[in-house]
Amino acid sequence: MSAAALSLDAAVPERGVHVELDVPAGRVVALVGANGAGKSTALALASGTLRPAQGDVWVAGRQVAGPGAWVPPHRRQISLCAQEPLLLPHLDAAGNVAFGPRALGTGRAQARQVALARLEEVGAAHLAGRRPRELSGGQQQRVAIARALAPEPRLVLLDEPLAALDVDAAAELRQVLRRALRQAGRTAVVVTHSLLDVLALADAVVVMEDGHVVEHGATAQVLTRPRSGFAARLAGVNLLLGEHAGHGAVRVGGDVVHGPGDDGPTGGAAAAAFSPRAVAVHREAPGGSPRNVLAVRVTGLEQQGALVRVRGESASGNRLAADVTPASLASLGLTVGEEVLFVVKAAEVEVYPA
Amino acid sequence: MTTAGLPRWVLVPALAGVLLIGVPVAGTLLRVPWAELPALLTSAASLDALWLSLRTSAAATLLVVVLGVPLALLLAWTDLPGARVVRTVVLLPLVLPPVVSGLALLTTFGRRGLLGRQLEVLGIDIAFTTTAVVLAQAFVALPFLVLSVEGAARTAGRRHEVVAATLGAGPTTVLRRVTLPLLAPALASGTALAFARCLGEFGATLTFAGSLQGVTRTLPLEIYLQRETDPDAAIALSLLLIVLAAALVIATQGRGRRRAGAR
Amino acid sequence: MSRRRALAALAVLTLGACGTGGGAAPAPTDELTVLAAASLREVFEDLGEQFTAQHPGTEVTFSFAGSADLVAQLDAGAPADVLATADETTMARAVADGTVTGEPQVFAENALTLVVPAGNPAGVTGLDDAGLAGADLVVCAPQVPCGAAAQTLAGNLGLALTPVSEENSVTDVLGKVTSGQAEAGLVYSTDAVVAGDAVEVVPVAGTEEVVNRYPVAVTSDADDETLAQAWLDLVLGPEGRDALTAAGFGTP
Repeated sequence: MSAAALSLDAAVPERGVHVELDVPAGRVVALVGANGAGKSTALALASGTLRPAQGDVWVAGRQVAGPGAWVPPHRRQISLCAQEPLLLPHLDAAGNVAFGPRALGTGRAQARQVALARLEEVGAAHLAGRRPRELSGGQQQRVAIARALAPEPRLVLLDEPLAALDVDAAAELRQVLRRALRQAGRTAVVVTHSLLDVLALADAVVVMEDGHVVEHGATAQVLTRPRSGFAARLAGVNLLLGEHAGHGAVRVGGDVVHGPGDDGPTGGAAAAAFSPRAVAVHREAPGGSPRNVLAVRVTGLEQQGALVRVRGESASGNRLAADVTPASLASLGLTVGEEVLFVVKAAEVEVYPA
Repeated sequence: MTTAGLPRWVLVPALAGVLLIGVPVAGTLLRVPWAELPALLTSAASLDALWLSLRTSAAATLLVVVLGVPLALLLAWTDLPGARVVRTVVLLPLVLPPVVSGLALLTTFGRRGLLGRQLEVLGIDIAFTTTAVVLAQAFVALPFLVLSVEGAARTAGRRHEVVAATLGAGPTTVLRRVTLPLLAPALASGTALAFARCLGEFGATLTFAGSLQGVTRTLPLEIYLQRETDPDAAIALSLLLIVLAAALVIATQGRGRRRAGAR
Repeated sequence: MSRRRALAALAVLTLGACGTGGGAAPAPTDELTVLAAASLREVFEDLGEQFTAQHPGTEVTFSFAGSADLVAQLDAGAPADVLATADETTMARAVADGTVTGEPQVFAENALTLVVPAGNPAGVTGLDDAGLAGADLVVCAPQVPCGAAAQTLAGNLGLALTPVSEENSVTDVLGKVTSGQAEAGLVYSTDAVVAGDAVEVVPVAGTEEVVNRYPVAVTSDADDETLAQAWLDLVLGPEGRDALTAAGFGTP
């Protein structure tokens, strides 16, 4: 408990959210999930904007919310950085960054020193004297990040901080955040939809679905062995969740998927994951070695870089994707609605406990 | 000249609207006795009335701001029970004829009024005093400020305030360093409107405060009295009020347009 | 066909209804418009009924307001047949404007009275400092007839009045006294009569010396000068004097 910067186990029934979240000190956690999954609610519970109906919230070993306990946002030492910079228009950049320290009682001169140091850290020292309306979106967000760091919070919450920026500005700011959060050893929770953000910033990933946490773990683990639909989509792999069927296979509804191994447990939740590139599309069952032949109905075709992604749905409702070259697609003559076969070599499938 | 896609004929009613206000104002300006103007404006009665108007309007506006801003913020941002009733009551003076407002004040603060009796026991007599003038002006001007600030606060939302709280600012600090600066334009225009309303207040003042030179006879009351015997003096003082009103409107308008341009 | 006739009848009725308001329509009644000072309201309305009884088919319409207002309205072209003001100074202005014809004739006199709210809460016994004993006194502003009279009275009695308010019309003064807001007020004796039990009169020596003389005149724009003159005759004649005396006016 004392090692955790944030420990959250709280529910807001009227929003259908019950979330458990632990963030160790010095770590950056990415909080991902579809819209409406409850990510903003989780942040609001942590920051103190929302009071939980049940459960409690602990920050750095101190209870800040729960039956009989309530610490308002301005005393929690948790900074919030939203999608929009929300800089105060009547202060210049340095004044904005100095706002936190000054609110905590630091003198004007010293607060300004702190502000300039933080602006330097995010590469915005030359903007110190400018007003927000003179700054671009990316520059404003840089200042907003510096502002969130200035009061030396125990935890920084970022709600899709790069979502409003164009690709180039986002890339720059991603590096800024990487240096300021991960490399500097600060503790943060970053809500994001972007795989690039997760890869660059996060030590761990927490996946939320329908108001609950469905998966959590180290970034590498979640992305290589996802155990939830959203994580799989984020990682760009096909994921089938079912139970061990023995002999290294996984039964998923009416489909059975074989992994590389010959032996394995029977029963117990299991996951089978394979890359869309490992999938070949056939009209008739091929002979030869592939042991995984899944019958699907084509539900969509879309561009995926230089390849075409064929989306299909099996009879038991499993959604899969296959990436094929345009040439192969042309020779197949596929259209949406057709019944085809997705074929995957067992060697390409990873089977692991779910 | 382009009418921005509007049908040409809208110019006609629009022009009629301009003339409706413009012609009477122009007519007044034409009747001003320019030669006697300095003498008329610097008579003892005129100066007394002007000074009284300025200081009572300033005091009333200050009272309106101190009471109205917290009220406006509460109405905009909280879900207090009875908020609707409160808002309706606070906005009543906008619609009530000023004389009715004056009567309402009398029934409360008059010698035989609800609170008046208690106050008389304490030795405080409000009627016929300058305090009564300030009260009457504040009564009719409060809704202007509340409307202006509440509307702006509602539109602005509390996002800046939430961020400021997470940065460590307590509620009073947030109000002082975030909310009020952000609402400064709406506050300024609301204050200007309230001040203008105070300056022009007549019916409630006459009914509640009475009319005595230097004590309760504000500029509008002085004009009303001068009408009886000296129409020239009345016109001269009217010019003064028109100029003051125009200055206030220009000051407010300039601010509004600058803000729109900044976006 | 019958629908058309019904519509036509409706149109005629509507137009007829519009017509009677203006005074220029071919109505069967004769109209007399009288502009009179506010203090003449009750007595003139009584006399108006008598006038209609005496001249069947005649309708008298009144407009009661402050005398200065009436003179200004006449000057601006308001249609009227008779003008009656609360003092001679105001009537002189109308004469100078040329809005009345002939010599205005004084038909009534009104003296000032000191009144207090019923029950005399402040114990007022007179108009001097001792008599008022710090009570809140309300009078008319000097610019209006009753205020000018108050000034004259104060001058005659050698008093320096310190009212808390100087109103634009004697009706406002009376209103403040009857509501108890003012503890004493200088109004006309006719106002004291009208207020009845709501006020008490405090006798002040010297008030009978200060009177406003009410003149009446026919306007230059009168539609029917004979009818207008008939009104003057009524007011100046015995019925008029009776009504005026009953209302508290003095008669010359």
